[in-house]
Amino acid sequence: MNFENKKATRQSYGEALVELGKINKNVVVLDADLAGATKTNMFLKEFPDRFFDIGIAEQNMIATAAGLSTCGKIPFASTFAVFATGRVYDQIRNSICYPNLNVKICATHCGITVGEDGATHQMLEDINLMRGLPNMTVISPADDTEAKWAVKKAAEINGPVYIRFGRASTPIIYDENTNFELGKGIQFGEGTSATIFATGIMLAKALKAKEELEKENINIRVIDIHTIKPIDKEIIIKCAKETDKLISIEEHSIIGGLGTAISEVLTDSFPKKLIRLGMKDCFGKSGNAEELLKYFELTSEKIIETVKENI
Amino acid sequence: MSEFLKIQNLQKIAKDVRKDIVEMLYSAQSGHPGGSLSITDILTTLYFYEMNINVNNPKDENRDRLILSKGHCSPALYSCLAEKGFFPKEDLKTFRKINSYLQGHPDMKKIPGVDMTSGSLGQGLSVANGIAIAGKLDDKSYRVYCIMGDGEIEEGQIWEAAMTSSKYKLDNLCAIVDNNNLQIDGKIEDVMSPYPINKKFESFGFNVIEIDGHNFEEIINAFEDAKKVKEKPTVIIAKTVKGKGVSYMENQVGWHGKAPNEEEYKLALEELK
Repeated sequence: MNFENKKATRQSYGEALVELGKINKNVVVLDADLAGATKTNMFLKEFPDRFFDIGIAEQNMIATAAGLSTCGKIPFASTFAVFATGRVYDQIRNSICYPNLNVKICATHCGITVGEDGATHQMLEDINLMRGLPNMTVISPADDTEAKWAVKKAAEINGPVYIRFGRASTPIIYDENTNFELGKGIQFGEGTSATIFATGIMLAKALKAKEELEKENINIRVIDIHTIKPIDKEIIIKCAKETDKLISIEEHSIIGGLGTAISEVLTDSFPKKLIRLGMKDCFGKSGNAEELLKYFELTSEKIIETVKENI
Repeated sequence: MSEFLKIQNLQKIAKDVRKDIVEMLYSAQSGHPGGSLSITDILTTLYFYEMNINVNNPKDENRDRLILSKGHCSPALYSCLAEKGFFPKEDLKTFRKINSYLQGHPDMKKIPGVDMTSGSLGQGLSVANGIAIAGKLDDKSYRVYCIMGDGEIEEGQIWEAAMTSSKYKLDNLCAIVDNNNLQIDGKIEDVMSPYPINKKFESFGFNVIEIDGHNFEEIINAFEDAKKVKEKPTVIIAKTVKGKGVSYMENQVGWHGKAPNEEEYKLALEELK
């Protein structure tokens, strides 16, 4: 696989929004003074009448989006993940999820790859917060193609959707003809030594690890869990039955994220040990994205090491 | 109908709404009488005089909208909706009970005629802005009303929303502050004063109208005057009495969220005869 062709999923988001705006007049976009960083400014440029900069007032942005949605609009509300979820949790809970309103919360700058801004801006608990809300769909795309699919899909779902996008560029894995399905994981390989469940930019790391391990005749499989909720129970149980070792990796806290979601499925249906890689109940810190991924062991090397342990 | 008869009619309906509130609270043995009674005359005027709504089509896209941002005053809203015919009046007795659609706080998915779910204070004005913006985008002539408590405007989000109403020149929005001067922990100026409310909204770019929130003529005129102002939102600051209409509840902070016992219930109904 070619890991050199890269794009940040926030860029994909901006591009997808413009395409969506062309085909659906009901799509409106709200931002909280971060349009340049979240890439919603691309939509602003094309459709200024349907773009609303609410200023540095995220709670207000979320509830305004709720109001717009009651009139048939499909609002996409964006800011950094830390503000788009934690800061506005009550607005999302009470004004969007409880009335099951058609609002899309598209957060950029998730995880530690935010980089130099440090811990206050590195959201590591958003999947946990959003996953716990009834009516919410949670998507964590891995690359450009998947991110664009997620935006299009979100507009088709009648109800709240949370999508997390990243700041840093990440390898483009899928070609544009890929057939994505909401709530259906995507399997790479048939190896039985281990299953790596990955989400977001960790998918590329997992695929790299898979290639390296193959050179040593260790055959594993990788599952891209792009939809965290509803989670693909079927593929999790299938892999638990077919492979020796289960590992999950996410650019998110190991509490409440992908690993937890998989553990819940295993506990309910096929009890088996899962090794959860991710942020270990800690905050991030300043540094460049690649350095941070190494520091917090969110790397192909760590996956390889974990697979090899106890094999 | 002459102005005099119209007002007499509203007075009569408001009395029925107050009776319903007392009945609901007594039946549920919980709920919020004080604020429900202070907004009764305003809500009655909105539902039986001012707002363009269609009982046969509660989701009519051209209807006027009401956001009860102070959602705990749901008894007053439910009574108006039932009196209007959105659902049977006898269902009011099921308020707050298991298996009832009449939830403790307004639920737009369960209750016909409720335009927005509310309960967590401070969010309604933002929602109303969203609806008003959508109205402008779609070139609709509907108006959006949003009732907030005077304690509620201690929430910072209200002021974020106030900036937004102004920025987008939402002259189709009419906010109302139920200024009964009391919140759970005491007088609003003792707990966390939002005064001067008029100057605050004025400096946020609102057209400010101050009225007696129990005088129907003033309420009607305020809604009329609000419509005449273009390019800016209006806020009506309504001086009200918490617990209005039930003597022992009036201006008593203890009646914010408490149900009457049998004796108090009978006394209230006697007074509302």
